[in-house]
Amino acid sequence: MTSPQAAEVEAGWNIEQLMQTLAKNRNGHARFIEKKSIAMLDQPVESSGELFYTAPDHLEKRTLKPKLETMILDGGTLTLERGKQKHRLQLQDYPEVAAFIDSIRGTLAGDGKALQQTYQLSLLGEAQDWTLLLMPIDDKMKKIVQSIRINGTNGDLRTIQIIQADGDSSVMTIEKLATQ
Amino acid sequence: MLSTTLLKPARTAIVLWLVFILACIGIISRSSFSADLSAFLPRSPTAEQQLLMDQLRDGLVSRLILVGIEGTDEASRAKISKALAQQLRNDPSFVSVNNGEPVNTARDRAYLFNNRYLLSDTVTPERFSVSGLHAAIGDSVDLLASPAGLLVKSLLPHDPTGEMVQLLQQLDNGHHPQLLDGAWASQDGKTALLLLQTRASGSDTDAQKQAMQLIQQSFAHASTATSATLEMTGPGVFSVSARDSIKKQVRLIFVISSLLIALLLYLLYRSLTALLLGMLPVITGALAGIATVSLGFGVVHGITLGFGTALIGEAVDYSIYLFMQSEQGSRTEASRQHWVQQSWPTVRLGVLTSVFGFASLLISGFPGLAQLGLYAITGLLAAATMTRFVLPYLLPRDFRIHDVSRIDQWLSRQAKHATAFRAYVLILVLAACVIVYSHRAHLWNHELASLSPVSAADQALDKRLRSNLGAPDVRYLVVVSGDSQESVLQAAEQVSVPLQALVEQGQLASFESPARYLPSLSTQRARQASLPANEVLSARLAQAVEGLPVHADRFAPFLADVAAVREQALLQRADLEHTSMAMAADALLINKGQHWSALLPLTAPEGGEINADSIRSALSESAVAGALFVDLKAESNKLYSTYLNEAIVLSLLGLLAIIVLLLVVLRSPSRVGRIILPLAAAVITVTAGLALCGVQLIILHLIGLLLVVAIGSNYALFFDQADAIPKMAPCTFASLLFANIATVIGFGLLGFSTVPVLQAMGMTVAPGVILALIFSAIFARKNHAHTD
Repeated sequence: MTSPQAAEVEAGWNIEQLMQTLAKNRNGHARFIEKKSIAMLDQPVESSGELFYTAPDHLEKRTLKPKLETMILDGGTLTLERGKQKHRLQLQDYPEVAAFIDSIRGTLAGDGKALQQTYQLSLLGEAQDWTLLLMPIDDKMKKIVQSIRINGTNGDLRTIQIIQADGDSSVMTIEKLATQ
Repeated sequence: MLSTTLLKPARTAIVLWLVFILACIGIISRSSFSADLSAFLPRSPTAEQQLLMDQLRDGLVSRLILVGIEGTDEASRAKISKALAQQLRNDPSFVSVNNGEPVNTARDRAYLFNNRYLLSDTVTPERFSVSGLHAAIGDSVDLLASPAGLLVKSLLPHDPTGEMVQLLQQLDNGHHPQLLDGAWASQDGKTALLLLQTRASGSDTDAQKQAMQLIQQSFAHASTATSATLEMTGPGVFSVSARDSIKKQVRLIFVISSLLIALLLYLLYRSLTALLLGMLPVITGALAGIATVSLGFGVVHGITLGFGTALIGEAVDYSIYLFMQSEQGSRTEASRQHWVQQSWPTVRLGVLTSVFGFASLLISGFPGLAQLGLYAITGLLAAATMTRFVLPYLLPRDFRIHDVSRIDQWLSRQAKHATAFRAYVLILVLAACVIVYSHRAHLWNHELASLSPVSAADQALDKRLRSNLGAPDVRYLVVVSGDSQESVLQAAEQVSVPLQALVEQGQLASFESPARYLPSLSTQRARQASLPANEVLSARLAQAVEGLPVHADRFAPFLADVAAVREQALLQRADLEHTSMAMAADALLINKGQHWSALLPLTAPEGGEINADSIRSALSESAVAGALFVDLKAESNKLYSTYLNEAIVLSLLGLLAIIVLLLVVLRSPSRVGRIILPLAAAVITVTAGLALCGVQLIILHLIGLLLVVAIGSNYALFFDQADAIPKMAPCTFASLLFANIATVIGFGLLGFSTVPVLQAMGMTVAPGVILALIFSAIFARKNHAHTD
């Protein structure tokens, strides 16, 4: 395996540049399809819907199928709306989950510093087709997440693959809709 | 030597007086003194006011101490916060110490998780039917697939219906400060925050002071070698600092005014004997005042003592009149007899006008006012009686004071010219009327907080820490009452139904209820009965998972847990011990003998207000007997407005009583008019002056104005006496001037106090009595000359 560091320098494409490119996204709107494989469930669950992002810390995931569901991440508050139920959680009460959710938000915001607090980052590929690999540093996090692999082209994310420590996994495919 | 020559009545008078003094000292030595809010709380409260008082005295909010750590750097602040919290958690004085560290979290979760089927209000027979289970498990599967799935994944085999998620959701109040380095911090990140709850109630000022000292010591220990500073606020902290500042100031004012008045009297009399004897009526009055208040109210408020020190300046007047108006020279004994005949009626009438003025305060529902009234009445009566019936017998044979007749003559000449200023005074009074009229909208301060002895800086600090901490300020409450814990918990559950409907309509953000932590036994029993027997549940479960991507055999732990809960003993208060919910349950359940209440604090929707009417009508529809909606802030301001209106009526009644008294005694409306005119002019001018200085009047300004009338009437009466009888007592003018200076010293010093109620009285009375004297001279009839 070649050193990712060396590859970056050669290609003139490194984490810093990626983060700068990502940070230029002030807001975004995308469609997503997510497939989750959970050991407890007999078959993978698939869902789809739309993503909205506003820099620096507002992320909204609106699932349209199979059930209407909204997840809003605003600062330190995670709000989940499902039918009549509305759950509001403070991320700081669930530090492991926070780190997990922040990996996606941090990538969207191009906040390399925040990401590096929890993960060891490595970048593969080139600007047109890059893959950012996040490996948890902390033992607590390692019990939850094995790895997060984010694939993208320039400032856009294309897939987010998450492998949890217990083997459950999810793949989210993102298709950009419009930029304002 | 004195006693052998004393006549019998003299001996009797002195003995009676000494007995009286000893009795007063005896009572005072057993009196209790307070400086809390009790003086501002009503004597016969309504149900809402009672609740307000209970909350102020020992409610949850009264027990909170908000702590801020500032200075040094973020990491050190967090470290100090943790060290401080750790020390305080080991101290029994604190029920809870919260700084964001997850100390109770594990225990809280265990309580909720282990008892989820008794606590969750979604536990009903329908929930455990085949269709109910299908829907609930379906929801849980969806949640598992959602971003929050991580939270529930490990719970699912035990809790497929998601009761734990329900409970966490219900209990989350949504206010959390941010965590920096693992400890709570303000929004700007510059202050580390802690929220403490003391075991002692907020009204237990000694215990609150002890708690504060513990915090200071622990902080000093935790912050050694750093530049960190400690800030504390909260109702208990306020009581402590208010008591300290009242105590300190009353003592300081007492010392300074005593010294100044003593100095004044010494300069005047040039006789130490006269000085000491002159102070006797004052001491008598002060002791009588404190002892009577203690007997009448059971407790003497610091404010009353502060007022008492000011009244020294008034009580000393009587001896000034006696000493100065008695003829100096060889025939002193006869001269004093002459004084008793000539001047005593005037002094007596002056005392009576004061007493009549203050008598109206006695019926005030505001204990602070009633205490002031009682103190003033007994203090002045005792001082005057002592001056008249005891003091003359105590004077030594060769008693004489420095001759001030030259000053008196000069004053008398000035007084003759004073009448020339009448037109100017009338213009001044007219202008004052215009000023008062134009300020009428903002003349009065209608907030109870205006009486608070807490400084503006402290209030600002409190507001800042409170909003950063999201600490409850419990303004809106629903209260249900009953005769047992069980009955109020049941009532709380009933009343939660319409409240929950209001939450869903968006009229409320949320509400709290003790039944969330500790459901009534009947509800727990009903929930227990909703759980099917093991075989039934396992059969239903097998049917319920049809069409869902899960297998029923994954839920073996669920079956075991439900079976256990069916056999479990119902939850009691003791089961909450060592969880953070114990504090919440205790704060919301109030027990007084046979009487129980449950409090349900309401939170207004974000950026909105609570509509009291819609809550009241929802409560009345719910038909929970005796459920009461209370807006504590509105209630406290309403209370104060009642006081203010009452005080205005009482002051007017006092004024009326004074006028009637004068009419009855003097039997001349024109003389009464002549006495009242300068006093009214002084009152209106002082009011205008205060308005011009941007001071909003509180109750104590009003009482100050009443004092101006009461004290000023003495001056006006002397000028009136000068008109009525051909020859005035010697040195009347000088004695009036010095009596006035003594009064101004006593009250003027109060004006420098930082305790608003004392300051208000001081800044009203001091200028008021000066004006009353000057105006009395100006409006006196011409040609009153005793020297001619």
